[in-house]
This record gives sequence, structure tokens and C-alpha cells, in this order.
Amino acid sequence: MFGITAYGAYVPRSRLQKSAIADANDWFDASLRGLAKGERSMCNWDEDTITMAVEAAQDCLTVLDRETIKSLCLASTTVPFLDRQNSVVISEALNLGNRLRTMDVTASQRAATTALISLLEAGGKDDSSALLVASEHRRTMCGSRQEMLWGDGAAALGVGSQGVIAEYLGSACFADDFVDHYRGEDATFNYDWEERWIRDEGYLNSVPAAVNELFENTGIKAADIAHFVLPSDQARTPGAVAKALGIAADAVVDSHINNLGVAGAAHPILLLTAVLDKANAGDLVLLAGFGQGTDAVLFRVTDAIASRRPKTGFNGALEKRRPETNYNRFLSFNNLVERDIGKRGELDKQSYLAAMYRKKDLLNGFIGGKCRECNTIQIPKENYCVNTECGALHSQDDYALSQVPGRIKTWTADRLTFDWNPPAYFGLVEFEGGGRLMMDFTEVEEGTVESGVTVTSHFRIKQFDNQRGFRKYFWKAIPSQQ
Amino acid sequence: MASGIKDKVVILGMGCSKFGERWDCSPADLMAEAFEECIADAGIDKSEIQAAWFGAGMDAHNVGPSGLPLSIALRLPNIAVTKVENMCATGTEAFRGAVYAVASGACDIALALGVEKLKDIGYGGLPQRTRGVENDMFWPNVSAPGAFAQLASGYRAKHGIDKDDLKRAMAHISVKSHANGAKNPKAHLQREITIEQAMNAPNIADPIGLFDCCGVSDGAACAIVTTPEIAARLKNSDLVSVKALQLAASNGYEAGYGDWDGSYLKTTRIAAQRAYDEAGIKNPREEISMTEVHDCFSITELVTMEDLQLSEEGQAVRDVLNGDFDADGRIPCQIDGGLKCFGHPIGASGLRMIYENYLQFSGRAGDRQLADPRMGLNHNLGGFPHQNICSISIIGRYEK
Repeated sequence: MFGITAYGAYVPRSRLQKSAIADANDWFDASLRGLAKGERSMCNWDEDTITMAVEAAQDCLTVLDRETIKSLCLASTTVPFLDRQNSVVISEALNLGNRLRTMDVTASQRAATTALISLLEAGGKDDSSALLVASEHRRTMCGSRQEMLWGDGAAALGVGSQGVIAEYLGSACFADDFVDHYRGEDATFNYDWEERWIRDEGYLNSVPAAVNELFENTGIKAADIAHFVLPSDQARTPGAVAKALGIAADAVVDSHINNLGVAGAAHPILLLTAVLDKANAGDLVLLAGFGQGTDAVLFRVTDAIASRRPKTGFNGALEKRRPETNYNRFLSFNNLVERDIGKRGELDKQSYLAAMYRKKDLLNGFIGGKCRECNTIQIPKENYCVNTECGALHSQDDYALSQVPGRIKTWTADRLTFDWNPPAYFGLVEFEGGGRLMMDFTEVEEGTVESGVTVTSHFRIKQFDNQRGFRKYFWKAIPSQQ
Repeated sequence: MASGIKDKVVILGMGCSKFGERWDCSPADLMAEAFEECIADAGIDKSEIQAAWFGAGMDAHNVGPSGLPLSIALRLPNIAVTKVENMCATGTEAFRGAVYAVASGACDIALALGVEKLKDIGYGGLPQRTRGVENDMFWPNVSAPGAFAQLASGYRAKHGIDKDDLKRAMAHISVKSHANGAKNPKAHLQREITIEQAMNAPNIADPIGLFDCCGVSDGAACAIVTTPEIAARLKNSDLVSVKALQLAASNGYEAGYGDWDGSYLKTTRIAAQRAYDEAGIKNPREEISMTEVHDCFSITELVTMEDLQLSEEGQAVRDVLNGDFDADGRIPCQIDGGLKCFGHPIGASGLRMIYENYLQFSGRAGDRQLADPRMGLNHNLGGFPHQNICSISIIGRYEK
């Protein structure tokens, strides 16, 4: 049996209240008020496609054995780097080692479904796994409908033959240069066409073309489909497509426009994780991705689903939320306004790539050292053991602290230093078993930080080097009870 | 066995510029201002200075690297000028260089001068600066108050002190220093404040408020040092000598390992004990007459009282509120107003502290003159509580 073996999800905690978008913008476009229901996910200033992908993959790794992973594929139309393989950064943050195939798949809303089909069709000669991560952080124009309808998020799938939770039954693809929207080279925002045309000439033509072929090939009937995933920011379109196909209305999976927003290329996989959170063994799942054609993939959920659900999953990710009512903060975090960041923000911290490469195990993998002589854990890893009783030279083996919980020793909330979301919280964190580091904290809710509070570590953007179009990543602490 | 520095070197003269927002003064102007007072006090000619140590903390915002800025500013006679930088311990480090040079016999008369021009940067507080290529990639973007505010969280956690009680003791420290600074014409801030003002000031880095922070200013201070024998020939007055000079640098232990809980400064404890040993001090609470400690923030002064063994561990809040370190307390702290009122021109501060010792021992401290001070301790901390340089100097009357 071959198919999906594990899954994971991540949704940024911040949820912008759509009423805040309408309050700020309906003077210009009154129709926005009608869309102002619920909330949408929004990346914190230090989150992007890469950091969300790491989070989703880590959730997936609560089930999937990392030792089996032989390839990692990132699907996204919002990769932070156009020429620096983004999936390698993710792989190093996950400490997957150097011996794997990494790949970025992009440039279409069905990037993730196409990548998934490729992995499924490639099959597996052995017990190895492929990890697919789909992640999206699309920028939208201030006051646009997209701002209302879209969200940020990521999801991950393990693909292989061991512990299959959703058996791969087949797939079909329909490629068609239907330009419902596009984002050209050098463009920041999408340009799109009329919704009704997209529905009638796009979805209603293209999805049946792929799905009907799939039904013919597999012998599965539309009425047997228990879950139909067709992400769309057109709320009623998936239902209309289902009806045209003969799929039951209650099989249509909600696009979560009103409590998450459509997360672009990540959304098919995110909605699939929503299905897997609740699916029963035997359920047939039809996954469709739409964008210059349609990908259609068919799965049957297996008995293994009950024992292979991740720690967080889709529902867990959706529940970890913090309502955001400040629309200006959303604009600021998405670089949609030119904010006066003060002179302290002007300090130029160039990206020294040679030094960064030397330090990449620390920076990407949060790898410290464990002394072979005295077992002392330390971060950063240095030449001499930090234990003054030991002091051994070159005695440390790599020791990853990314998944080790810590406890706050000292802390403060700094309102003087530059931060994109002041106050800047940071402090000394001591890790379980040893090792301590002065760390940035992120996503802190006021009143939750105190000495003794436990924290977990998260891969985040450390700093933007806007002068040179670079961004640096590092690990930050988040209080665990949040 | 090293015999230490005690009484091997005396201060021949000292000078200190007015500290403050010296918008119209260049670093060279500040250096000249401090030096003219110093050389007049020493009663020697510039040509008699045989070597100089120059302290400046922030090259990028100050005078740039090397000893040249001092040599050029004072038109020194082509003598050796060594630039030193050791964060906030820079002023003391310059002094140490000059004192050690004299003690070694390599020269008879040496100059130490520290200067910092902080008010050219265009915003309040210390300049935002790089911590080095590698550190910038993973260190938090810590401001100075952000670094030291963490002492409060560590101290509260260890001793179970209520946040408001600690804040009140911190406020007392600032009120006391402002009262002292109001009597010092060279201080930057020369006005008294109230407990309420200190308690209710805007929050900078929890729990540090605006009045828990020292000022930021421009300034220079300097010393000319020599041997007791030469000084005795040149001066009629009582001599002031160096009793101890100690420096302790973190090695990563606090930051990376061990039992350090963030409630105290390990380096201060080490440097203090070494300094007491060097000076022959057995009971600091009885023998130290005054302290000038690194009150970059009020919480730093509070924990330093314990680190210097002047308060029992966990009792600094009580002692501070009891007035033990007030001008009329058992061991006055920052009788000149401290960093709180002088501000902290990095390169100058250590020498500014010694200058106050020198004035007090010479009976020239004006309205803030203490009755018969015998021994003064000066303390600087450069860096962060978890990783720092601590310098301690002990200055006293020369008694042979």
C-alpha cells in the first residue's frame, strides 16, 4: 500500500478580525462590509512561507519517523527566495541531514497538488518517506477583496508505504492556460479577472475534466466520495462543482474562508489535513487543486488513521489563535505601509554569508554541543566545554535543542530597542537537560512571561536586511501555555 | 606571589569635564577641558608625561580607533599612547594601564584619559550598535535597559520579592542619587526627584522605568599618576593612592552553564573579593567609606550592594529602603550623583568615579563632602548581566 503516511498543519496565531479591515476600508469600497465576517490568519512579522513550513512539518514529524525521509518538497507561490533553495532551509531547520533530495515547486495554485501527485506516482522502492510541505504567505493590496478572503498557513504530508493513513487510488491532471489571475516577474500583488467568468469557464470546466477522468480510471463513483476538497475563495463554487459532478453536498469540505482565509497553494493540503482530522477508515477523499487546469487525487482512508494523527493537526492549529483587531499592525507586518521605525531600526546588519555558513548548524538547526567528557549540553557549540570543571577541547558532539523544552530564567519586555512588534521580549532560557541561551521571545501575550515559565523553540525570521534583499532566520522562544 | 598594586602608585592630579549634553563640544574639547584641570592640579608640565592610556568605548560614534585622537587633541610630545576599550570598564581600564606602567617602573608619570561623545547620534539612549558579525545573527536585539532589567526578574524569582517592593527600592536608589547629583556642579542632571516620579515614570524595559535609567551624556575625565616618592617631592598635600585594581571577565559560565540564576553579577563578586584581598580589606562594611558603583540602572546598584558584600544576600531591598547607602547612611553610594546624574560617557565613567574619590580624600568635594572618608570603591560593569566585564578600583589615602 502506498499513500499518505502522516500529516501536520500550522496556522499563524494572529487572526485579523475582518471587521477591522472593513472599518478601515469600507469608505472606499462599501462591498467589503458584506465580506467582513469572522477572521483571517495573518503571519506575525517574523513569519513567512519558510517558517510556517517548518512548523507544519514539525507537526507532521510528531508521527512521521524523520530517519525515513529521503526527499523534501516545498510547494508555494510565495517563496522568500527566488534563487536560494527554500526547501533546503526547511530541511536544515528540521535537522534532516544532507542526504536527501530537496525541491521547490511553485508558480501555480496547484503547485502542492502537482507535487503530491509526483511523489505519489514516483512510488517507493523501499521504506523511505517523502515529505511534502505546502506553505503560503500571499501579500494583498490594502482594502482588496483578497485581503478579506485570504489567509496564511502551511500543511505537511508524509508520503510512503509505511503506516499509510490514506491510500493513493489514483490521480488525473487537466492542464489548461486559463489565466484567472497572475503575478508576473517583479510584481508584488496578483492581478485577477471577474469571478463569474472564473467560476463558469474555469472551475466548472476544468475540475470536471480532471475528476471525471479520475472516476473513469478508478471506477469510483461520485456518490461514494465522503470528502471533496476544492479550495476556493469563491464560497459557493465548490458546492456548484460538486453538484455538477454528482458529489453529495455534505461531502464538500468548507474552505474556512471565515475563520482562516484561503492560504493559496497551501490550501488544498491544509483542507486535506482538516479532512484527515475527522475522517473515518474507509472514507474516500477527493482532493482537487485548481490553477491553470486541475489536479485531482483520490485516497481511501485506512484504519491506521486512528493511531497516526499528529500532535496539533488542523483543528489544533486553528484553535491556537489570538484575535488581532489592529489593521495597522497587519499593514505593517505585510510591509504595506512605510512605517517610521525610528533611528534604532536603521542599524545596518549586513548578511555576512561566509560567517552565516560557518554558523548554519546553530542558525538553521539550533544545534549546540554535548561534551563527551562530562555530558554537559551547551549552545552555541564552542571549542572548549563551558563546564569550568571540564574545559575539554573539541569534545562536543552535535546536539539539537530545537525540540527540547526550556524554562525562562530571566526576562524583560524592552521598549527601547528596535523591534517590529514592540516591546521586544527576550531573556535567558535554560533547556531541559542543560544548555542555556539568551533568546528572543515571540508571540508573547502580555502577562504570560515570568521566570520559571516553560517555553518551546520556533524557527522565525531574526532580521530583515532590506538593503540587500536578504532575511536571516533563527530560533525564538514561545511560552508553552500560549 | 604577586604583591599587588596597593600603595605603589598615587594620583598626582585629576580632572573632569562638565558632563552633559555638550552639543557645542567635540571630543577634543572635552579632552582638553578635563586635561587642563588635571595638569594644573598635578603641577607638572605636559612634557613630563611619559606614556598615556586612552579610553573610548564606541569607536563608530566617538573619535575612531587608536591612540591618535588623544595624542592630537592634547598635542602630546610623541609619547606612547595606547587606546583601550573594554565596554563600560573602559575608563578604569585606561587608569589600570597608566597605573601598571608606573608600578612596573617603565615610566615615572603616566596619563589616563577617557572620553565619550554620545550625544552626536541623534536619539536618546546609547547608540544602537553591532555586537559582531556572528553574534548579530543570533543574539537578541538587547538594549542596555533590556539587558539589566533581567536582573530584576532573576532577583525577584530567587528571593521571592514582590514586584512593587523591588520597584520602590529601585526608586529610592534613583531619588537618593538625584539628591546627591543636585549638589554637584559637574553633574549632567542636577535636580531632585520624588519617589512618586520614579515609580510612575514611563516604562522602558520591564520593570525599569525612565528614572531607573542613568543619563546619557558627553564627558571626559583623566588622571595623572606617579610613584609616591615623586609625588611627595612635587606635592605638599596628603597623597591619594591606588589600593586595588581588579578586572573580571565572564567566560560563558553564567550565559551557558551552571547555577547562575540571573540575580547577581558573578564577575562583581569575583573582582570584589580580589580587590579586597589586594587592598588588605577584611571587613568591607567597616573599611569602605564610600562607593561609586555602576548604576547604569537602579536595579544594578541594588544587586551590586550584595555583590560587594555591603548587604547580606537578599537584604539589599531592606538596606536600600533603610537609607544605608544614602548620603548620610552607613556607606554612601554615588555621593557625586553617580551614572544616574552624570550620565555614562562610556570611556570616561570609571575615571569620573575615581575623580570623586580623589576630591573626597582631598577635602574638595564641596557641599557633598563626606566626613573623613578613608577608602573608596569604584565599580563598573560592561556588557550584560549574563556576560560582562567588571572592573573595581579601590582608592584611599596614602598611608606609609
